[in-house]
Amino acid sequence: MKEIIITVLSITGISTVLAVLIIIAEKFLNNYGECEIDINDGDKNLRVEGGSSLLSSLAANKIFIPSACGGKATCGLCKVRVLEGAGPLLPTEEPYLSKDERNDGVRLSCQVKVKGNLRVYIPEELFNIREYVATVTNIKDMTHDIKEFRFEFKAGEDIKFKAGQYMQIETKPYDKVKEKAIRAYSISSAPSDNKAVELIIRRVPGGLCTTYMHDHIKVGDEVRMTGPYGDFYMRDDSDDYVFMAGGSGMAPIKSLVMDIMERNLDKKMIFIFGAVSKKDLYHTEFFREIERQNSNFRYVPALSRPEPDDNWNGETGLVTEVLKRYVDSGKGKHAYLCGSPGMINACVNVLVGSEFDEAKIYYDKFS
Amino acid sequence: MTPQINPFIIFFASIITSNMVLSNFLGMCSFISVSNEFKTASGLGKAVTLVMVFTTVINYVVYQYVVLPLGLEYLRYVVFIIVIAASVQIIELAMDRFLPELYIKLGIFLPLITVNCAILGISLFMVIRNYNFWQSLLFGLGSGLGWWLAISTLAAIREKTGKSKIPQGLVGPGLTFIIIGLMALAFMGFSGIFVIQ
Repeated sequence: MKEIIITVLSITGISTVLAVLIIIAEKFLNNYGECEIDINDGDKNLRVEGGSSLLSSLAANKIFIPSACGGKATCGLCKVRVLEGAGPLLPTEEPYLSKDERNDGVRLSCQVKVKGNLRVYIPEELFNIREYVATVTNIKDMTHDIKEFRFEFKAGEDIKFKAGQYMQIETKPYDKVKEKAIRAYSISSAPSDNKAVELIIRRVPGGLCTTYMHDHIKVGDEVRMTGPYGDFYMRDDSDDYVFMAGGSGMAPIKSLVMDIMERNLDKKMIFIFGAVSKKDLYHTEFFREIERQNSNFRYVPALSRPEPDDNWNGETGLVTEVLKRYVDSGKGKHAYLCGSPGMINACVNVLVGSEFDEAKIYYDKFS
Repeated sequence: MTPQINPFIIFFASIITSNMVLSNFLGMCSFISVSNEFKTASGLGKAVTLVMVFTTVINYVVYQYVVLPLGLEYLRYVVFIIVIAASVQIIELAMDRFLPELYIKLGIFLPLITVNCAILGISLFMVIRNYNFWQSLLFGLGSGLGWWLAISTLAAIREKTGKSKIPQGLVGPGLTFIIIGLMALAFMGFSGIFVIQ
């Protein structure tokens, strides 16, 4: 008995001493004092406690850099140009940075530790990014695996975004999932509807966030989100647009089409939506209604494998084949694609083959 | 019970004839898994050497002045492991502050070293063989350098065999084990000069 007590006490004692040593070491070694972060040549000056990552230091000051992995250097989204004070490039950053980016001083902000004064450049639109606690006010089943959620912000709060951009949702721990997860979803509502956002989320079997959204979120729940993010938004300098989407990739396209309609822009548009069978189609009536009201808009749902009892008499085949049938030449046209990486790569090939300018093909890969 | 062995004999023997990995088969996991490329292998070797020296010294002090007086010899495994884990943490913090270049180069290897059994092995041998402070220090340093030499050599050979045509059945672990065996024989060849244990 005595032996057990001595053992437990001494192990506890030694561990405590070591833990205290680590805390003391951290206090002295990880103490970089107050550091200054200069943003965009004096536009903003932040004074932060050194020792944490640039990403979290900026977030603490309400400047949100897009990040889908939560600072683990696996998504490569949190790129920021650091002009001074970042130290050498880390091996963890190398895979995400092109040669040009390296020369420009682009770094992953989650890997850069604030150890002294920094000079950074952050694109203006990132200042629009804010943190919201939104309430779920509506959940609609779109198909067997896709739901559309409406999140309303607190009174007095609004959002300024460009059609096509996305939000990042933070899930709370649930069931056996002990950690928070952060995932990105495109906004499907129009920018004019600025007191709320709607997101279309497809269930990914075993997915951390999609399972949470599909099975655990109820109307009235609060969800923490940040945004808007992304450079997939409409450029106005064309009169002819080709939109293509598959699955939940409809979200940003819906927002783009609604935005064009609301602003009464005189644009010619075709929207090709790819699905497997009739049960994967949704918002069909919504787009048909726009088609009826506006002769410039054309909606083409295409099924790759319609079921016998679908009685489908619309387009069949892969979206790439349908694309060839509807779009003959891409001269002067812009294309916006959203869906799985496989679909996008195939479509980009077809578009480039039909004389689309590669720089005018915009896409958002959902993976 | 050999406190009178010259520390320098221990130093050289632990590099070559009593090499941690080639004669004691300790630290095999990272020895095999991180020896594909010379550059990374050598980086890991450096980190292991550094941590070995530090933890041997710290464990010597803890063992002589805490574990022995309290009569806790039976707890030495646990104590050594906690000390190793804690000292790796502190070394990491210190390196990040004072040697950022080296810290960045070693990257993920530094925390991974905590679970390298060669490091625990050194501390245990030091106790079993009753080494004094200088003997322990040079034993730690020598073993580290020996591990570094072994993994760099293996990595260099593997880089070469990676580019050669070898029979299908030997590709990967098969050939690696044969190379390690031959390397061990070569290192043993020096046992006429000095040997400990």
